[in-house]
Amino acid sequence: MKEIKAHAGFPIAPVYGPEDVARVDFERDIGRPGEYPYTRGIHPHMYRERLWTMRQYVGFGTPAETNARFKYLMTHGQDALNVAFDLPTQLGLDSDDPKAEGEVGRVGMAVDTLADMEEAFAGIPLDRVSVSLTINGMAAPITAMYYAVAEKQGAAAARVVTTPQNDILKEFIARGTWIYPVDPSLRLVADLIEFSARHYPRSNPVSVCGYHIREAGCTTAQEMAYGLAIAAAYVELMLARGMAVDEFAPRISFNFTAWGKIFEEVAKFRAGRRLYARMLRERFGATNPKSWMFRTLIGGGGSAFAVQEPENNIVRGAYIALAASLAGAQTMALPTYDEAYTIPSPKAQLIALRTMQICAEESGAADTVDPLAGSYYVEALTGAMEQRIQEELASVERMGGIVEAVRSGAIQAEVARQAYLYEQKIVSGEIPRVAVNCHVGDVPAEADRDVELYAFDPSAHAAQLAKLERTRAQRDDGAARAALRRVAEAARGRENLMYPIMEAVKAYATLGEIAQAMRDVFGEHKEAVKF
Amino acid sequence: MKVLIAKPGLDGHDRGAKVVAHALRDAGFEVVYSGLKRTPDEIVREAIQEDVDVVGLSVLSGAHMLLARRVVEALRAQDAADIAVVVGGIIPPRDVEALKQLGVRHVFPMGTPLPEIVKALKKEPLR
Repeated sequence: MKEIKAHAGFPIAPVYGPEDVARVDFERDIGRPGEYPYTRGIHPHMYRERLWTMRQYVGFGTPAETNARFKYLMTHGQDALNVAFDLPTQLGLDSDDPKAEGEVGRVGMAVDTLADMEEAFAGIPLDRVSVSLTINGMAAPITAMYYAVAEKQGAAAARVVTTPQNDILKEFIARGTWIYPVDPSLRLVADLIEFSARHYPRSNPVSVCGYHIREAGCTTAQEMAYGLAIAAAYVELMLARGMAVDEFAPRISFNFTAWGKIFEEVAKFRAGRRLYARMLRERFGATNPKSWMFRTLIGGGGSAFAVQEPENNIVRGAYIALAASLAGAQTMALPTYDEAYTIPSPKAQLIALRTMQICAEESGAADTVDPLAGSYYVEALTGAMEQRIQEELASVERMGGIVEAVRSGAIQAEVARQAYLYEQKIVSGEIPRVAVNCHVGDVPAEADRDVELYAFDPSAHAAQLAKLERTRAQRDDGAARAALRRVAEAARGRENLMYPIMEAVKAYATLGEIAQAMRDVFGEHKEAVKF
Repeated sequence: MKVLIAKPGLDGHDRGAKVVAHALRDAGFEVVYSGLKRTPDEIVREAIQEDVDVVGLSVLSGAHMLLARRVVEALRAQDAADIAVVVGGIIPPRDVEALKQLGVRHVFPMGTPLPEIVKALKKEPLR
């Protein structure tokens, strides 16, 4: 019989029975949904009380174009937003920076000043819609702009629900939008968490991401282990500032992927929830049950999809949605079938949203909590995943802990090694991919020329530049300059940077100016290039 | 044969770049990786300093036309046009020919099997 392995590396038996779960202690390891250690889910009735939030990742071109796409998805039943920013914005460069050439508005919307954020959320009530901001190195100023827009709309701070990603460690590992060296970058993460905990109690000021690390090539167990290690690093950072764990931990959220083997994915989340609950309660002494809860977005990931016969990706997306629902997602987002080609078309985005809705409304997957619980296989797999995740956590400790592993590049090298191993398994056929390395037909499929490609509009760049110039001309320049000086002063000291950054964005200082004020003090990160 | 795998522009996704770098190294190439967010000028300077035969650009953000043109032009300006430029990443079918007209030797769009990349580079002449 052919040997089959989990993506985490351990073998899968052809059949499981009572002997495989003999060591599982129901009360200790599984328990009831909504109760510690939350293996079965963080709410007692899960989707019967509240369905997962549907939150497609959207943003391109100018803020006005993005605003129109937001509204399109909301009229089709999407209930929350996840904003994509272009690369210059993610890296703290204004649209007129020479380094931004060719990238303005390309992979997300361009933001230069508060005026852009005002336009992006025009007509969208920020006291009623929850908004994720996929922003990391620039999370502090972009979230400051978001809070300022909410304030201008008249939204009460206590009703603002936003989730800036604000997870810089995974940027160093996998996604690449770092700016400053590791220590000042971590300080900015902590400043935003602290500021939000004090003034915006319903915001989720960090979304810890295993997702991007998995997309960069790591295994399922590593995805969860690295995510848990990063969360622990942020908890320690806040404790070192003198905050009590229950002051901020209830608002920590997560972002993970769920593509590949459905049962392994479900087991990964069941194991991750109980490991996180135990870590927060036993290691960090949290007493508020909300601090123990692993609240997560579960999405897909473009690496689940293939360029060959792209419509097959719609089917893959449906399996991801099923896995995410069985795994107990609080929020779901799916990649679109044209992911390997382009910025998603409206049609592809609507299909992804409909896929989640069909899973929710028609499939029955949401009818009862944790429907796979008690399966010999799934409980054994949950235990095996827990063990493998703990082994990966121990290996991070051997690298000197997650922060040191990021600084030295050891963890980046391990992720790259795994990506290469995975690719070799695709080449050899050990990991089957339909229409890619098996069932390919007589003639291998070529890239599909009929996929509607996003027509990048170069005039968007011109429009953005004109607006930036207008905003600069209309602002009180003295006030903007003074606010920027305060940002630099705060950067040199230990004051929470969010206060001067809030003042700077309200004075219409540009994102590039704010980033530069900090860059002058912090310097830039030098990457440890390893592969 | 020596290859510089480079990430021009602002795009931070380097899974593909690193996988290709690994595969080329395993196939006997000498491989240098630039790291993220290099400007075209920095890449050309490194290519000349390292005396490579091939520069492989990896771009996933959609800015490949502009960035490839900048690198090809800078190589010409430095009298190093005999360094072959190849491009990989999210390259839509319509841009493959356009890149070749710029002077790019090979284009490896998404989904290109690793052995194909290795095979194509093995056929490139040494500098």
